Amino acid sequence: MSASATNGHADGTVTSSGDTPLIVSSRFDVPDAHTLEVYRTSGSFPGYAGLAAALELTPDEVRASVTAATLLGRGGAGFPAGVKWGFCPPGVWPRYVVVNGDESEPGTFKDRRLMERDPHQLIEGALIAAYAIGAAQVFLYVRGEMPHAQERIAGALNEALAAGLVGRSILGSDFSVDVVLHWGAGAYIVGEETALIESLEGNRGMPRLKPPFFPAAKGLYMQPTIVNNIETLSNLPWILHHGVDAYTAIGSETSPGTRLVALSGHVRRPGIYEIPQGTTTFRDLIYDDRYGGGIRDGRELKMFIPGGASAPWFFPEQLDLPFEAKPVGAAGSMLGSGAVVVMDETTDAVEACYSIVRFFARESCGKCTPCREGTTWEEKILERILEGHGRPSDIDLLLDVADNISPGPYPVAADPAQELSAVPFPPKQTTICPLGPSSVAPITSAIRRFRSEFELRITRRDLIPVAAGGVVSSDGEASSDLGDERRVDV
Amino acid sequence: MTSVTNGGSMSERPRPLEITDPVTITVDGRSVEVQRGELLIDACERNDAYIPRFCYHPRMEPVGMCRMCLVEVDTGRGPALQPSCMIPTAADMVVSTTSDLVAKAQDGVLEFLLANHPLDCPVCDKGGECPLQDQTMSYGPGESRWVEEKRHYEKPIEISPLVLLDRERCILCDRCTRFASEVTDDPLIHFINRGSNTEVNTFPGDPFSSYFSGNTVQICPVGALTATPYRFRARPWDLERTESTCTVCSVGCRVTLESSRDRLLRINGVDSDPVNWSWLCDAGRFSFEATNSKDRLTDPLHRRSDGSFDPIRWSEALAAVADVLASTAPERLAVLGGARLTDEAAFAWASLAKGVVGTDHVDAQLGDGLPADVFDLPGASIDDVCRPGGTVIYMGPDPKEELPVLFLRLKHAAVRDRVRIVEVTPTATSLSLYAAASVHPRPGELAAVAGVLAGASIPDDGVAGVDAEHLRSALSVLSDADGPLTVVLGRANLAESGAVVLAAAAQLAGLPDVSFLPVVRRGNVRGAVAAGLTPGRLPGGGRLDSDTHWSSVWPTFPAAPGADALGILSAAAAGEISTLVLLGADPLSDAPDRALAERALERVETIIALDAFEQPSVARAHIVLPVAMPGEVDGTTTNAEGRVSRVRAKVTPPGTARPDWIVAVELARRLGAEWQAGTAEELRNELVAGSPRLSGTEWSVVDAATDGVLVDLSAGTFDPGPPPPVPQVDSYSLRLVLTRELYDHGEMLERSESLVGLSRTPTVGISTGDAERLGVTSGTPLVVRGERWSITLPARVSTGVPRGSAHLVHRLADSDPIALLDSGELACDVRVELA
Repeated sequence: MSASATNGHADGTVTSSGDTPLIVSSRFDVPDAHTLEVYRTSGSFPGYAGLAAALELTPDEVRASVTAATLLGRGGAGFPAGVKWGFCPPGVWPRYVVVNGDESEPGTFKDRRLMERDPHQLIEGALIAAYAIGAAQVFLYVRGEMPHAQERIAGALNEALAAGLVGRSILGSDFSVDVVLHWGAGAYIVGEETALIESLEGNRGMPRLKPPFFPAAKGLYMQPTIVNNIETLSNLPWILHHGVDAYTAIGSETSPGTRLVALSGHVRRPGIYEIPQGTTTFRDLIYDDRYGGGIRDGRELKMFIPGGASAPWFFPEQLDLPFEAKPVGAAGSMLGSGAVVVMDETTDAVEACYSIVRFFARESCGKCTPCREGTTWEEKILERILEGHGRPSDIDLLLDVADNISPGPYPVAADPAQELSAVPFPPKQTTICPLGPSSVAPITSAIRRFRSEFELRITRRDLIPVAAGGVVSSDGEASSDLGDERRVDV
Repeated sequence: MTSVTNGGSMSERPRPLEITDPVTITVDGRSVEVQRGELLIDACERNDAYIPRFCYHPRMEPVGMCRMCLVEVDTGRGPALQPSCMIPTAADMVVSTTSDLVAKAQDGVLEFLLANHPLDCPVCDKGGECPLQDQTMSYGPGESRWVEEKRHYEKPIEISPLVLLDRERCILCDRCTRFASEVTDDPLIHFINRGSNTEVNTFPGDPFSSYFSGNTVQICPVGALTATPYRFRARPWDLERTESTCTVCSVGCRVTLESSRDRLLRINGVDSDPVNWSWLCDAGRFSFEATNSKDRLTDPLHRRSDGSFDPIRWSEALAAVADVLASTAPERLAVLGGARLTDEAAFAWASLAKGVVGTDHVDAQLGDGLPADVFDLPGASIDDVCRPGGTVIYMGPDPKEELPVLFLRLKHAAVRDRVRIVEVTPTATSLSLYAAASVHPRPGELAAVAGVLAGASIPDDGVAGVDAEHLRSALSVLSDADGPLTVVLGRANLAESGAVVLAAAAQLAGLPDVSFLPVVRRGNVRGAVAAGLTPGRLPGGGRLDSDTHWSSVWPTFPAAPGADALGILSAAAAGEISTLVLLGADPLSDAPDRALAERALERVETIIALDAFEQPSVARAHIVLPVAMPGEVDGTTTNAEGRVSRVRAKVTPPGTARPDWIVAVELARRLGAEWQAGTAEELRNELVAGSPRLSGTEWSVVDAATDGVLVDLSAGTFDPGPPPPVPQVDSYSLRLVLTRELYDHGEMLERSESLVGLSRTPTVGISTGDAERLGVTSGTPLVVRGERWSITLPARVSTGVPRGSAHLVHRLADSDPIALLDSGELACDVRVELA
């Protein structure tokens, strides 16, 4: 694999920086890599060699290796996988491994490719995790809208079962695992691990409050459960085969290994790229010819989202931050699910904000009042502003509604022009899960940086068709019968 | 900050708690001692820091959904907003329930909740007792910044015949839906859709037909759920309330009676920890409608020579009754019924019959319950039965049908508190799903299975139609038991003699440290028996032949022990009874021998009926005295456990109807007795003074006790008498199982307009094996033919009916299979054939 390998988004192929090996995407360009035969003979390690290596060790040794490798969870929180495994209370059986394949964050499309192109790598990773924590059952939860991924995984499971790689006495050892493939029903929130567990149990996908129970202690069917992301698990075979040292040699000391990044938006070459963690910057990712290749049509960068729609926005000043959780968090955002969305100077900040808020309003599960009602309220206010019915007080109303979902200063990037410093991640929340607070990210990011765009939408009504209710005076100044005062309504 | 009430505050106080593991936490700057691990929301409320809430209910698992109970909690890592309904207390927690951040969060949640709320309070039944209103006043913004269009839905939609749902008012707190899935296991309502389009609804065509649906109306924190019987009938500020006890069945749930303008309008559950946990069944909640029925008897009636009734004055009626009583030889006079009276009325009638007239032919039951001897067994309370880790032998009627709230308690015990239930019933019941083992013995042979459970060996071919394997699995549950062992004992099958149940109880009484909860269907059988309304016994439970008190107090005394209900009916049919007093009893409908009841009422010269309605047996009476119904009388009642609690009058009876005890006292005086009792209180105290076992249940004590007073009414000795023979099996017949359902065509339900029509269509339940033999499927018409009567019903093929049994239900239609029964038989065999 080299930098000159087939590249570009048309067929979703990836590339590395050339001097570091590809860990999880090494078979993306290999035809028929989803079959067992090709999996065994291609890529950066021989298929199922990692599992064989793991079975040579004790489960505790496997866990120790993964802990030593500092494999950080790729689902969004970035918690070390080996440490998470250790949270299973001793002596409590049965335990479960749940594979979170419900990738649905806007801008994120890397797990899908891992499932479609290299399902055996995922299965092998899940088996290694099951071996490490002593689980006899693995639940593979795949997003309902990804039928191709499901077909590929189902096919791979059948092959693996026939080859004695899942099921009873795997590779002739006394290790047996049953793998259940489960098809989601189309809810974004089920990507949240406790909602995913509820969904697996046959309930409505709504998050559970943690505490009291974290899944590692009481998860699926109130048993110890490890929920891992697709990409996290896909790293395991390589680590077990090549060893911890080879893994930690890649990337930075605190964030070793690589990250699969889904790059989308106004770049010349959107696609999925496997980059070394910690040592690659956002500037590399967006502008380097190995990756995004710069902004389309030579335009200027306006803003970018560093970690999926839930993440606060970054601006050109943040381009030189490394792709690493800690500095990104300190700068006021998060790496999240590894989705970088690039927006150029032609982007309307209000429309972009609305587009993301609308997503969260539609996907709110309806459990917590602030998220259920608040996200829809935000959507309606933004919609009103875009329709030309905004009131000057709506900007502060938006911020206050947001504050009632996520109280206190919300994480946001520094703005040197306004001499405003960053508010570090994470936000506070009045809700159980971060979905509601996520809807606040585009609002605070957009209003702080582009307040004038909102104001223009509100005051320059002559630019916008006016419906009944608002009256526009000849000089373009809006006077509305919708007062700015709070209406007495209770 | 003002403390506010939450919809019917009496039903939602924190559960009683004894602090056994104290920790100290700081609440709003005050140091308070709380139980380690209890929920913060309860701990704060107990310590005068009420935290507003919508979704939290002390009797359901918290979900942390409404976010109204957010408080700042500092466990050493700095204060953070946490839902207090989900946070267990721990040592040194610092809690602020009123900080600026908390106030802003609560204000915000209320504004969110009101955003789409229609604010139609002026026409909403909940207005005035609405937690959303109250909390908005105390914690809310007072004004809304919402200028968008609100959510709109069709309003209201009928989710069951009793409950209507207005989705616009709903704040999606998950209380009703949680109740349906968690408390009753009737998950027929659920959230559908997502985000702000989330709504509660049923699956299309599958209504919320739960026996407990009314509870969702009570716990709804807004006016989204309303019940048809109360909807638009009153405003909360017009209601007057008093606490009382439900007497629809023998569980004895605590309730509030709520009236306006002297009319009962609503009944709500009160959280009584030992009994009903604030829940009620819909029959208990809504059958008060019968009280307001236009069919109530309002004046004494006298039968004219042409057979029709004439209203007469009370003075004339009482004089006529007194004349009849005075002119009837004591042994030719009998009193039937009284299981729906108050303890005091039962005592007054027992005193009149036994102490003034001198007859012992007195029975509060109609042969459809259990012999009074079962009350001599060592007693168990509902809490004893449901004690965590315990084991229960359930040998009674389907609890969901006859003792609905006991079903909720048993289900909770089995699901949450590791209680293991061995079900010994004639068919599968609502409890089967939760039972550790279920056996369904052939009617008439219950004692044989009880014998096995008590240690008799298991023959290879099983006993009573139950195979050895099932018996062994039931037995293994008992042998694994390490907690308390209790028996719930009742009459599951009307077609099986009470003597059979008694014989089974005798077997189980031999188990070590076993105690019994005797469940009989009618509300106050236990109180009536304790007050002396049963043959051979006296008020207080003593036996006639060993009395030292009542014989010295009463002017007369029965010469010999009398007959029970079936004995009375037999004697009457033989012409040995000339006067029969019916205390709210309807032997024609309820006696498990209709032909006998017919002959008895035919032969008796004078029938005197005290009743609220002209039911079939009252229609045969010569003198009818209209009496008050529950909600119209003061007194006490005794539930199945032996818990004495107050019933209270809230409204006045219609016309000149009056409480039964006044009639008894008045008649006693007319018969020359010097009886001073002039109030229910005086009667109670007279009863208690003469009954050592009832001490501690004086009027003043019971009156002050919200949960009633549990008394040990067991005799200490139990004499079941000789065991009945085992009826022969006729291999051409099926054995009849005749059970009761909650919604039947009984008097109360027939007069409750909202409940009429809820009863199921009658069927004959047969096993899959018998269905195969007969070549029928569900719906095929079958003739059920007995010695005396026959009925054609559609088949219901069920795995819950054991092979060899035919399952019918009492009183679902005018044509009632109770006519198949012969009280001379221990069990009833019927032929089931294609119609």
